[in-house]
Amino acid sequence: MHATEAHHTSALAEADRLMTVCNSCRYCEGLCAVFPAMEMRRAFADGDLNYLANLCHGCGACLYDCQFAPPHEFQVNVPSNLAVVRNDSYRHYAWPRALAPVFDRNGLWIALLAVLCVTGFVLGFVATQDPAALGNSGDFYRLMPHRAMVLLFGAAFAYAILALTMSLRAFWRDSGEPASSWSDLWQAMRDAGSLRYLDGGGVGCMNEDERPTDRRRLYHHLTFYGFLLCFAATCVATLYHYLLGREAPYAWTDLPVLLGTAGGIGLVIGPAGLLAAKWKRDPALRDTSRTGMDVAFLVMLFLTSLTGLALLLLRGTPALGPLLALHLGIVLALFATLPYGKFVHGLYRFAALVRYAQERKRF
Amino acid sequence: MLDVLVIGGGNAALCAAIAARRDGASVKVLEAASKFYRGGNTRHTRNMRCAHDHATATLTGPYTEAEFFDDLLLVTQGQTDEALARQMIAESKSMLDWIAEQGVRFQPSLGGTLSLGRTNSFFLGGGRAMLNALYRTAEALGVEIEYEAEVVGLDVENGMFLAARLADGREIRAGTLIAASGGFEANIEWLKESWGAAADNFLIRGSPHNRGTVLKLLLDKGVEPVGDPTQCHAVAIDARAPKFDGGIITRLDCVVFGIVVNKHCQRFYDEGEDVWPKRYAIWGRLVAAQPDQIAYILFDARSLELFMPSLYPPIQAPTVAELARKLDLDAQALTRTVEQFNEAVQPGTFDHTQLDDCRTEGLTPPKSHWARRIETAPFYAYPVRPGITFTYLGTRVDADARMRMADGKPAANMFAAGEIMAGNILGRGYAAGIGMTIGSVFGRIAGQRAAKHARN
Repeated sequence: MHATEAHHTSALAEADRLMTVCNSCRYCEGLCAVFPAMEMRRAFADGDLNYLANLCHGCGACLYDCQFAPPHEFQVNVPSNLAVVRNDSYRHYAWPRALAPVFDRNGLWIALLAVLCVTGFVLGFVATQDPAALGNSGDFYRLMPHRAMVLLFGAAFAYAILALTMSLRAFWRDSGEPASSWSDLWQAMRDAGSLRYLDGGGVGCMNEDERPTDRRRLYHHLTFYGFLLCFAATCVATLYHYLLGREAPYAWTDLPVLLGTAGGIGLVIGPAGLLAAKWKRDPALRDTSRTGMDVAFLVMLFLTSLTGLALLLLRGTPALGPLLALHLGIVLALFATLPYGKFVHGLYRFAALVRYAQERKRF
Repeated sequence: MLDVLVIGGGNAALCAAIAARRDGASVKVLEAASKFYRGGNTRHTRNMRCAHDHATATLTGPYTEAEFFDDLLLVTQGQTDEALARQMIAESKSMLDWIAEQGVRFQPSLGGTLSLGRTNSFFLGGGRAMLNALYRTAEALGVEIEYEAEVVGLDVENGMFLAARLADGREIRAGTLIAASGGFEANIEWLKESWGAAADNFLIRGSPHNRGTVLKLLLDKGVEPVGDPTQCHAVAIDARAPKFDGGIITRLDCVVFGIVVNKHCQRFYDEGEDVWPKRYAIWGRLVAAQPDQIAYILFDARSLELFMPSLYPPIQAPTVAELARKLDLDAQALTRTVEQFNEAVQPGTFDHTQLDDCRTEGLTPPKSHWARRIETAPFYAYPVRPGITFTYLGTRVDADARMRMADGKPAANMFAAGEIMAGNILGRGYAAGIGMTIGSVFGRIAGQRAAKHARN
């Protein structure tokens, strides 16, 4: 009834201990999906714990509601332990295995790659372009041909999709049976889309202390939907280009620009808010060893949208060239590191929500 | 001068403080514990029992006042102050809404709970979440709260409260006193006065701060006591639990699935007398009456997953004799007891969801239901000791939650709520969630009456 098998890490062993405590208490059952999912088990293998850790949204309520939290001798701190297990799981499921160490000093790696990409674009522009092209025409395809852009970013994106798919597959197989249904997917989309479990069971989330004053849900919505709008802008522009033969740059009032502007604004405010919240977060709730990864992803999103908006505003000025190099460099680094940074949290959490929807029907 | 001084920081204290403050009184709360440990045993609670006429979003059906009173009579065997009990039950009806108005949230009954979905309202996130909400509300209303503020002396003259003295030497004067400082279960020396040396083997399930200091001061000042000092809410909990504050997770719900023996390997009570929710609260006293206050729940592999998991894993062995050795029991004696039990088991259809027909024949004591042969290895055991939840000896109160003095007169300005006066309602026995009902209902009454007294 109690897991006796050895665990892969000390954090997983601690998660097993905590789940054993929590499973004999269950007071937090109404707070989120983690505890009902826990109750469906009596023993916790590493795959189960990685699943539960990714199901946890880090709302923090269960720490402040727990009668056994530190300084109590039972030392029950589920949010901080699951944060560590969750972050370890990103490394564990990384594909290919050789790139798993990127998660160790994630902030540094991503910063380096971003600098490298931006430098690459700057040098590329300088080497291959007529300085006159850096003028004020607003036509960035004179700086970098559309075809080259599509090839470079398409390749980076395709690679990211491949690596993410392989990682997701490993996570899914580890967390239970393979099958799932459309209704589970739909349920998970609703749960993820509304961040249903980032609200402390209805009271609100905790971030700084036991008062439910947290705004991370709002900021995450701005970030996530901002990201989707930007992605939609790119898709619409691609359709314009290939289907309608309409090439960028587009007017302010054109759909890709409207979508991109709205998304960009969300993607500036959202990550900034999340960063500020992270700054204020109660250290007791955090995995303090992985701040770099969280910050790197938020900063990359923030810079992507900030440089994108700047590009839109200043595309008719001599700033176009440098800004384009900056924007494309950051976006390329963002794409290339999608499988090796905080972005993966969304995939695993979504998969965990699908798994939970599936399990809940069975029990 | 301060209108209302509340001693204690749990459910009863906070309900009193909030009610008094809402009625315009200035209120100070003195909590002996640190901020984390605030709230006494409320921290470990999870629900309250309130009467209601209809099902709600979180309650599966009606629970009338009459039914509530019948349940109370049943568990206390009539040892209750009927007028007070009926008043409490009547007021419990409005309590659910009132508590929710103070920011506390409810949820449907928890998985694996003792079939309380109709009668008991569960706090979302448990007792500490409830406390956090009450403290937030109290603070927002302007109630002054002091932590680590232990009261060590009371200035009372002829039933008139004047001032409280704190451990740090300060003296706090107030127009009225509300004592909501819990029972004395964490004061082992006091328990020994009536239980003798046996009390050394008791485990205290909740706050180590419930030492009964204020209760003793009040009784010494001439407040009339109520209740038997040996009566308490006690269950059998895992003997490996910490001495204090182990809370809910050390409880064991497996008595009905096996047999329970004492240190001499002898059974001593019908393990299958009735469904567990109606029997769990008697096993603390049963184990307390056994030599060295220890007992062992034995069951086999077939029952392992039929009950809620608990904190510590069961002790496991391939044979009953080996299990006895691991428990430091006489292997022959334990084997004989199990064999005798197995021989007495009658054929039947096992159904743990109801009173089934699996029973023993010709065995003393019998096992009336769920009796199955203990024969499928591995064999399991949990050692258990009495786990004291809270004590019933307290201060007598009237319908206004006003303390009564030993000479029969009402105290001038002293009120009591919660565990410190639970003995008025609970002469003996226990029904899940009733401690919180006593705390909330009499807390609110005490707060309202104290505020009124202070105004006049």
